Amino acid sequence: MSIDLSQFFEVFFEESFEGLDAMEAELLNLVPGEEDLETINTIFRAAHSIKGGSGTFGFTSVADFTHVLETLLDQIREGSRDLTAEHVNLLLKSVDCLRALLRSLQAEQQPDLAEADELRIKFEEILGMRAATKAAASDTDSEEPVTESSRNTFQIDFKPHHHLFKTGNEPLYMISELAELGDLETQAFQDDVPDITDFAPEECFLSWRFFLTTDKEQSCIEEIFEWVEDDADITITLCGGLFGDELEETKVAQAATDTEIKEAETAAKPTAEVKKSAPVKSAAANTESTSIRVGIDKVDSLINMVGELVITQAMLSQLGEQEITEATIASLQEGLAQLAHNTRDLQENVMRIRMLPISFVFSRFPRLVRDISQKLDKQVELKLLGEQTELDKTVMEKISDPMVHLVRNSLDHGLETVEKRVAAGKDPVGTVTLNAFHQGGNIVIEIMDDGQGLNTTKIREKAIKNGLISESDDLSDNEINELIFLPGFSTADQVSDLSGRGVGMDVVRRNIEALSGSVEVSSAPGVGSTFTIRLPLTLAILDGQLVRIAEHTYIIPLISIIESLQIDISKVSRVGKDLDVLRLRDEYIPILRLYTIFNHQGAIETLDKTLLVVVESDNQKVGLLVDDLLSQQQVVIKSLEANYQKVDGVSGATILGDGRVSLIVDISGLIKLSGLKKPGSQELIIESKASLEAS
Amino acid sequence: MITPQDDLHNKLTLEQDQDVKQFLTFIMADEEYGVDILTVQEIRSWEEITVIPNAPDFVKGVINLRGTIVPIIDLRRRFAIPAIEYGPLTVVIVLKVKLESTSKIMGIVVDAVSDVYSIAEHEAKAVPHLSDSEHAQFVAGLVNVGEKMVALLDLEKTMDI
Repeated sequence: MSIDLSQFFEVFFEESFEGLDAMEAELLNLVPGEEDLETINTIFRAAHSIKGGSGTFGFTSVADFTHVLETLLDQIREGSRDLTAEHVNLLLKSVDCLRALLRSLQAEQQPDLAEADELRIKFEEILGMRAATKAAASDTDSEEPVTESSRNTFQIDFKPHHHLFKTGNEPLYMISELAELGDLETQAFQDDVPDITDFAPEECFLSWRFFLTTDKEQSCIEEIFEWVEDDADITITLCGGLFGDELEETKVAQAATDTEIKEAETAAKPTAEVKKSAPVKSAAANTESTSIRVGIDKVDSLINMVGELVITQAMLSQLGEQEITEATIASLQEGLAQLAHNTRDLQENVMRIRMLPISFVFSRFPRLVRDISQKLDKQVELKLLGEQTELDKTVMEKISDPMVHLVRNSLDHGLETVEKRVAAGKDPVGTVTLNAFHQGGNIVIEIMDDGQGLNTTKIREKAIKNGLISESDDLSDNEINELIFLPGFSTADQVSDLSGRGVGMDVVRRNIEALSGSVEVSSAPGVGSTFTIRLPLTLAILDGQLVRIAEHTYIIPLISIIESLQIDISKVSRVGKDLDVLRLRDEYIPILRLYTIFNHQGAIETLDKTLLVVVESDNQKVGLLVDDLLSQQQVVIKSLEANYQKVDGVSGATILGDGRVSLIVDISGLIKLSGLKKPGSQELIIESKASLEAS
Repeated sequence: MITPQDDLHNKLTLEQDQDVKQFLTFIMADEEYGVDILTVQEIRSWEEITVIPNAPDFVKGVINLRGTIVPIIDLRRRFAIPAIEYGPLTVVIVLKVKLESTSKIMGIVVDAVSDVYSIAEHEAKAVPHLSDSEHAQFVAGLVNVGEKMVALLDLEKTMDI
């Protein structure tokens, strides 16, 4: 019997990474001296599952490493060893190491074992002190503490329950594993095997008695059987260092009926019994977890809604069979309204399935903060608020890196050292708060610190030096703070002597804007800074303004529209060869002719007969010339790239109510395409339009 | 009289283990072209299409295929054959094309659909090197079906835009 185990690899990796996350989170909760047994149990169980899984799948490097880790945890759990801060640090490092090992295995690469070996030696040193045997020997056998009388003989009675095969276990593997431990003698009992008429091939009717002479500990034997201990009667008895008459006697004595084995079982010393402990149960619970995790309430409400929908459908089809009269038209309208309502609810709820609580992102920060604060020698308390706020999975995946950047900056540059804080009369422990909440159709994530705040004087100097603003510019503090998001501001080595905020901040902003979000900073000297990220709840749907250009319908994201207006021709002036600019209040808005950029014929070309949609992207306002404004509606974003390719100036496509495809305008792409470019300053510089004319 | 189909049918039964494949053929400018029938998703009539700005001229635009956005290529333009007006016979053959590591769903506009033949691939002959027509590069091989010649399309090349 051989199964292709590789089909289970993904599940194993997924579970293991989850297990590691859990271990990490629990380890961070551990305070040496005040540890909670349940916490240690959780960590142990996670490690144990990873070991079991990696053993099963033949990832011996992982299994071996987890083994030492588990041994230490087991001792702590049993109370035979006290937990120290050194242990926690070592265990945290092991979590990282295991993660790296599993990642490379997942990518089907040869894992780098250097770190694992180094850590393992440390573990073995700790464990070795207790076992008082040779420590830090690097051959693989040394990981098992060797007992004094080196070779023992165990009698192992193994009577699987009939359903054993159905749990996916195969005694043959266990027997060959046993054989690897030492000299193995095996007896199989066939008494239970029924007549051929009653024989069920998928059931296990055999039972075994083994005599194993080995230098290994009993725990090694228990380990082999631990995955089946609920599905079999297992008794392990130490026969002492004998190997001779006595053994022969036992062999003869067991004319081996069921009852005798049962007796042997009861007679066995309690210490020799396989421990029925939590690990196996937790492993079972873990396997139930799959990659899709949706709250049952969400599923329930979906089922409810589908029920409603079916009722509405039945009602409408009934109406359809009737003759159309005034009365039926009224109820038809009512039915359609109900249908619209149902559909909207259904859509909202289906979208909710993709939503996960933001705690998935937040959960990585305790570790990050712990590590950085240790490195910087600062005292930091991390507060997490609004962890249950839900966010689309794709958005979530992409927001975590910018957040890490911001939190790291807060710790590094925002928070002062303990001495400085004390000198400033502040609590020596700094606070970093992550807060998430919903506001309108957006999610807002705040990263707050109670540090020194941004140093506006230095930022201003830096910006002048880098030519982002001129000496004469009179900027408010807020405007100065905003400068840190400009591209010209960063590059690490230049800034590190400054307050430091601004390292790669332009990248942070760009990443957030790529998610159709925005980031702002507010700061008060000596009090702290707050970064506010605003994101749409989902990337799959947007509110769109339908516009017409010649016979083509395009969609402009409503979020980027500032206003739509009819052009007052007297306020339009021409810059350069062919760029028109509209003076709107005290700003000059460049007019982009969409029909030229998109190369469409038949659009209205005279400015006073068309409409201008003023949009903003990346702090740049432009006016888009359109023939007509149509309706506004929510649209589901579809990828153009899936079957075609990236189209400049277009961010995606959608399907309108009548089944036609309509393209969604990508404002920042459009600005790029039009040849308008904005360097660091607010000033608009018109670059060559050659590229536009070429197209 | 033996029709090409019969002929092929005989061959098919005789050479079942051979590399016989079914090909859907279509007509373009009086020439017959074939594509592996397993790549064909469906055949549709010409319908209104959404133009993609600044696309190459042989890309007519995109259509909505039950929620999937599918680009449509005018094969005449791709092959630099003079265009004709679309008529009631004009069809869109929707194909699933393997391009490098991904597979894409794309449609081609052709004059008319012709037939389905079983053709042993090894019978395909290479396109003569000196072929002067522009579209020879998109043809993977030529086969004879009875009296007729069918050009088997190199889809990967045709759809690589």
